[in-house]
Formats: sequence, C-alpha cells, structure tokens
Amino acid sequence: MISQLSWKVGGQQGEGIESTGEIFSIALNRLGYYLYGYRHFSSRIKGGHTNNKIRVSTTQVRSIADDLDILVAFDQETIDFNFHELHDGGIVIADAKFNPTIPDGSNVTLYAVPFTDIATNLGTSLMKNMVAVGASSAVLGLDIDVYQEVVEEIFGRKGQQVVEKNMEALRAGAQFMKEQLGDSIQTMKLEKADGKKRMYMIGNDAIALGALAGGARFMAAYPITPASEIMEYLIKKLPSLGGAVIQTEDEIAACTMAIGANYAGVRTLTASAGPGLSLMMEAIGLAGMTETPVVIVDTQRGGPSTGLPTKQEQSDLMAIIYGTHGEIPKIVIAPSTVQEAFYDMVEAFNLAEEYQCPVIVLSDLQLSLGKQTVEPLEYDKIEIRRGKLLTGELPTLPDKEYFKRYEVTEDGISPRVLPGTPNGIHHVTGVEHAETGKPSEVAANRKAQMDKRLRKLQHLKFNMPVYKQVKHEEADVLIVGFNSTRGAIEEAMERLELEGFKVNHAHIRLVHPFPTDEVLPLVQAAKKVIVVEHNATGQLANLLKMNVGHAEKISSILKYDGNPFLPNEVYTKCKELL
Amino acid sequence: MATFKDFRNDVKPNWCPGCGDFSVQAAIQRAAANVGLEPHQLAVISGIGCSGRISGYIHSYGFHGIHGRALPIAQGVKMANRDLTVIAAGGDGDGFAIGMGHTIHAIRRNIDITYIVMDNQIYGLTKGQTSPRSDVGFKTKSTPQGSVEPALSIMEMALSAGATFVAQSFSSDLKELTQLIEEGIKHKGFSLINVFSPCVTYNKVNTYDWFKEHLVSLSTIEGYDPSNRDMAMQTLMKHKGLVTGLIYQNKEQKSYQDLIHGYSETPLAHADLQLSKEKFDQLVAEFM
Repeated sequence: MISQLSWKVGGQQGEGIESTGEIFSIALNRLGYYLYGYRHFSSRIKGGHTNNKIRVSTTQVRSIADDLDILVAFDQETIDFNFHELHDGGIVIADAKFNPTIPDGSNVTLYAVPFTDIATNLGTSLMKNMVAVGASSAVLGLDIDVYQEVVEEIFGRKGQQVVEKNMEALRAGAQFMKEQLGDSIQTMKLEKADGKKRMYMIGNDAIALGALAGGARFMAAYPITPASEIMEYLIKKLPSLGGAVIQTEDEIAACTMAIGANYAGVRTLTASAGPGLSLMMEAIGLAGMTETPVVIVDTQRGGPSTGLPTKQEQSDLMAIIYGTHGEIPKIVIAPSTVQEAFYDMVEAFNLAEEYQCPVIVLSDLQLSLGKQTVEPLEYDKIEIRRGKLLTGELPTLPDKEYFKRYEVTEDGISPRVLPGTPNGIHHVTGVEHAETGKPSEVAANRKAQMDKRLRKLQHLKFNMPVYKQVKHEEADVLIVGFNSTRGAIEEAMERLELEGFKVNHAHIRLVHPFPTDEVLPLVQAAKKVIVVEHNATGQLANLLKMNVGHAEKISSILKYDGNPFLPNEVYTKCKELL
Repeated sequence: MATFKDFRNDVKPNWCPGCGDFSVQAAIQRAAANVGLEPHQLAVISGIGCSGRISGYIHSYGFHGIHGRALPIAQGVKMANRDLTVIAAGGDGDGFAIGMGHTIHAIRRNIDITYIVMDNQIYGLTKGQTSPRSDVGFKTKSTPQGSVEPALSIMEMALSAGATFVAQSFSSDLKELTQLIEEGIKHKGFSLINVFSPCVTYNKVNTYDWFKEHLVSLSTIEGYDPSNRDMAMQTLMKHKGLVTGLIYQNKEQKSYQDLIHGYSETPLAHADLQLSKEKFDQLVAEFM
C-alpha cells in the first residue's frame, strides 16, 4: 500500500485528455484524497501533445511530483515525451491501437489496453477515456462505483443510457486491466483516504470566488491565457447577484472601465496576464493619482511579449511593482496557495477602498491553473471594510464650493464620496490637483498632495505578509520564494532537513510595500539566502537586496524554461549552493 | 429645481478666447437643467486635450481621465450607477484617434450614456498637429506639406457601427446644440453628438465662417426622416458629412443594460456586498 502516487494522462490536444484527468481526479477527491493537478498544454485548440499530471496523496500536496508511477498514453508521442519521468517499477498503460513501445532495458512495464476497441464495441470510440480511467483504477485498487456520481453529473443530461454506457466502459477497462495484472502490482494499491469532502479547484476559481465574497459585483476584462477562467466564472455567477461582466475591446478599456465603476461605488475587478498588464499601466497610474480603488489580477505567464503563453513564469514582478510612470501608492499581493488566493482577493477589495489605491493580486500560471484540493474556506473570515467612504447625509456646502475629496490628512487618506451624493460634488483628475480635486500646479500643493498619497501606505495593515516556516533561530539557509513555488520549496526543505541542514523558509505574500520588518530578521539569522523564482534575472532576489540588503548572502535558483520547479530540482540546486 | 446657473462653477476655463468649447460648456449646463437634473445627479467624464478639461468647468461630478479613455470610464460609471446621468466628452483626437477603438465599441455596446465630441479638426493642446478629422491637404506642424490621409467620416462610421443616436451640431448654434444634448440624454442608449467646435488659434481653415458657409441644417431638407438609416447615410454622403441636426435615432433598440441578463434594476453601487452564508455554501459546494 502507498500513501501517494503520481499519474499522468497524455495525448493529442482536443481528444479529451483534460476530461480524462477531470473524471479521475474528481472521483478521487470525493474519496478524500488530496490532489494536485497540472496541465501541460499549448497555445492551440486541436493537435499537439498535451498532458495532465495528477498527484494523489493522503496528505496535502502543493507541488507536482518529481517522477511518475503511471503514464496513460493515447499516442506514442506521449510515451516518448514523458517516459523519462517514470521511475523504476512504474507502468505505462497505452491504447493497443497504436502498437505502443517503450525503450528497451527499462524497469517499466507496458500494458497495451485496447481503449479504442473496447469503447467502439460499447458504442462509441469517444468513451476510450473512460476505458483508460477504468484501467488506471484497477491498478490503484479502486472500486469503479466511485465514478457513478461523477459520471451522472457529467452525462446525466444526455440520458441514463449514456451514463450506463460510460459506466460500462469504466468497468470494461478495469476488468481488462485486472486480467492483465494478475497479482503483479500490489505495490500501487492506494491507502484509504479519510473520506472528507473538500473543494478541488484551480487558483483562478478561488480568485473569482474570492472576488464574489469580497463584494465584487462588476468585472471588465479581455480574454487571455491564463486569466480567462476568472471572467468565465464570474459571467456565470454575477447575474444572480445583480452584477455583470463586460468583455471589453481591449485591456485598456477593461482597466479604465473598472476604474470608472469603482469611482462610482461598485467593487470592480479586472484580470489579465503580462501583455494585458503592460497595456493597463497608464490606467493604473490614473487610479493611483485619482486615489480610486481598483483590483487587478495578473496571472503571470512566460514573457516577454507573447512569450510562452501557456507556460509557467514569474517575470512580471518588477513591472507590476514599479510599472506606470511617476510614483503612486500601490499594493501588490502574491498568494502562494489556492486558499490564500481566495482570502487575498477578499482583502484586496478591502485594502483598495481603505487605502484608495490600486491593488494588484499577482498569481502565476501554476497557481492559476494548477488544480488542488483545498481545506475548507471559512465564511466567518470574510469581512467587508470600506474605509473612509462616507455614506450618510453630508453637510450643505457653501455656494459652489467643492467637497474636499483630497483633503490632506495625517494618515494621507481622505474622506471619499460617490458620485450621485448630494453635497459631495468634487472633481477627479489625473492632473495634479488641490484638495477639491481642481487642477493645481502650485509647488506647495504639489508637494503636499504627493506626500499625502505616498503616506497612505506607510502604516499599511496586512495580516501575515510573509508565510514563514521558521524552525531554527540560526539557519544554514533561508529559502525565499513567492506564488506557486511554495510546495516545491517545502518538499525540498524536508529533504534537506533530513540530511541535517537547518533550513528556514519565507514565502513573500505582500510583495509591495515590501515587508522588510518581517524578512530582515530571517535574513540576518541565516548563513545563506537562496531565492527560488521563475525568471531569468532574479527579480525577487533583487527586490530582497533592495529592501533588506545582505547582498553577499543572497544567491538564486532560477528557472525560466516554462516548466514549474520540481521539488527535486530545488533540493539538488540548494545542495550545490550549500 | 436647478437652473443652468447651478451647473456653473468658479473655475476659469483655460481655453482661448473665441474657442468653440465655451458654447459646448454652456449647452451642457442648459441641457442638464432643462431635463430636470440636479448637479449631483450628473457625472461628466472627459478625456485629455483642451476640450477634455470640460469636466472641471461644470458644477457636477466630474472625472478627467487619461487620453482616449473617457468612454470606458464613463461606461464603468454608468454600469455602477444606472441612476446617474453620464456624459462623456472630449476632442476629435481623443475620440477618433487614440480612443477610436473605444468609440466604435461604445457605439455598438449601446450603454445609456451621451458622448459629446468637440471636433476642431486639429490637435490644440499640443499646439497644432493633424487630427483624424483634418482634411486632405491640411497643413499643420506634423503635416507641413499637407495631410495625405483622408479625414474619417465619423457620422457614417457611427451609423455603420450600429449607433442608435447620431447627431451633429455647430458650437455657434447654442439653441440647436442644447436641444440635441437634451435629446441625447433622454435617449435610452448610447448617443453620439459630434460638435464642430472651431479652434481659433491653430485651425485657420475650418473657421466659424467656413462652417457657416458649408454646413447644411437637416431642418432645411424636406422630408428628412431621422428614423430612416438609409436616408441618413445617403444624406451624409451627399453633403460630405457637413450636416447638422438629429441625423439618426433608433427608439426601438433597448440599451445594453436593459438587455443583459440579471443586471440589477437598482444601482449596483448600492448593492449589499456581503454574500449570504447560504449563497457562499452553495458556491463552495459546486467545487466539491
């Protein structure tokens, strides 16, 4: 019996690889297993190799596995492309139709199962995915009945007969496989899971759900990989809350429309990836200058330019923090898990209104699209705070006087009223302005308004700006990362600890303003600092050097080939540096 | 009830004496009062350029955004609060050069706002360069040999993009302009009003006199029917776009907000932000 296992299904894009993984993983999730799924795909609709790698465990996992136990192949390319990941004793289950072969001399067993033939005999070759899932389940020792519920949900609309046929395909795959296996691979039988019901979702689902919980009732966005799921989820859900999503003509419209809507009082987000964020930069400056709240999600992908649109990268960090001309207050949050993504979205809307500035929630492709089991999200932790928004009746203003929307205050934050409010008339402009919002080039006013805006974040309150795993007062190494690398770092750390290294871990959640007070002591307490990130120039390492110093201690592990870090890579490279 | 004077503020416009934009400012103030608005019920959203300053010269809520983006901001404002009267305003460079993508899509989206373009066929604030509305041969600092690019036929473009309200006016005709803005505000959908608003400093060709000579009022065309799109298109083409009045109005087409599914009938800005426990549990269960 084993407590975790890594499974991958691969084939041509458009032949149901994703749904094969979905059915398999949803059923396992309902049995109480923890899952982590990651899709390898290309920027095309049909054709090209695609695969879905799923890790199954009886405890929480937050990274792709280093290797592979089972590879399900719908074509020879899948075997050729992924074979190296299989460890000794691993198995390949391939469609007999293409006469699969594996390299000579490997300690991997190939089972040719007639996925297509079995499916065709049962009615349609489309069900070959079900045969493959059935065959996989036989290896794991799973009862096919666990799929009944999922199959009914997916195919119920098409009638009971379709449901039955699919169940038959699952059983036929399992039966065929059982006969092949005999007693040979007891080692792959999975330990029983706890049977608890948990959410199974991608980061983008959590971002979208967090937006709803955070009070967002409007979204303006333009489709882009890997952000579109956020918009697609909200298009389904917002109408039931009276809200709406507009698919705009471009990202500039998306961002400025979101700014207009926030100005007028509805919590509004936009979401995009690097290319869209590049287009939004001027608008982000407008939000900063006019002190208009707005929440923007950046799901990072491979750059620059169109780059690697469907691949993992974390190279927008500096552009997001320092992008837009001039200097504005801005908050940048980088959740590292699906749970954090949910709570950070709720908080993003609160902070945007409290500090009256743009808040950017930074994700990356692995977090946005990686599908993972999530511990329950707590309703009681959802809180709506609107800062200095005035909602009551306002005192009458003397004739033609404007409300002081940009009143210079001690904390830099001014009272805010929404258009439509009697006695609240004021002007809003991206031009430097006086307290009433009316344009002003007076030097003293310029300084007062700049200082006021930048003062707002000096006392930013942010709960848990750094996720810390700190076991050692004096550490051999502090490993630092942000966004989705947390799982790979945690696993590498466990291995290093087993070998006697003292390792601390800091995952930066609030990347701007940088939580220097939290991070500096950790850097001081470590002999070395290793920053793990998905870019070529070490952006987080540079940010760390700027904010906490100790450049001599800091080295980088960088990966920018499009694929997520594996725990083993982080472990091996850390060892080289230690 | 508010009068046009209530829509005046104490800011002195930085427009040149004689600028056509003064009349547009006055027309908006009059139209707002005539349709019965109070100043706080109006939001004027403007772009960048001389004319873009207009949102600061009217006593109402005003948002002076970034170049070319008045329309997406204005649509966002209206989506957030459908009870507000939203007027977007800017120049021909703002709306038909840098902001053209937004103009076309705002027209076809048909959100219930009014867009007033102060069209002077030149870039004024940057001191005299060509605009997409400049005629061929027009000499400017950026086209010293004369522009070789044809001027955009903006009214025809609006019609072909599916506009439901298209009007054109001349800043010298305060009465007609005021009336058209009133009709634009009352129109249930996107209303585009292009106003020939001469630049007295940098455009020595398209002057007040030039327009008086060339403009044809639709009221002088016998049998003109603004509900007839074919007639509107043909008339525009016949007069090279130099007509004034209500060119086209489709009163049947519902606005974007009346068409989309589920959209709140009360302002979204007043919505309860807290999800109910029941709704939250239901959303969470969908992922299990």
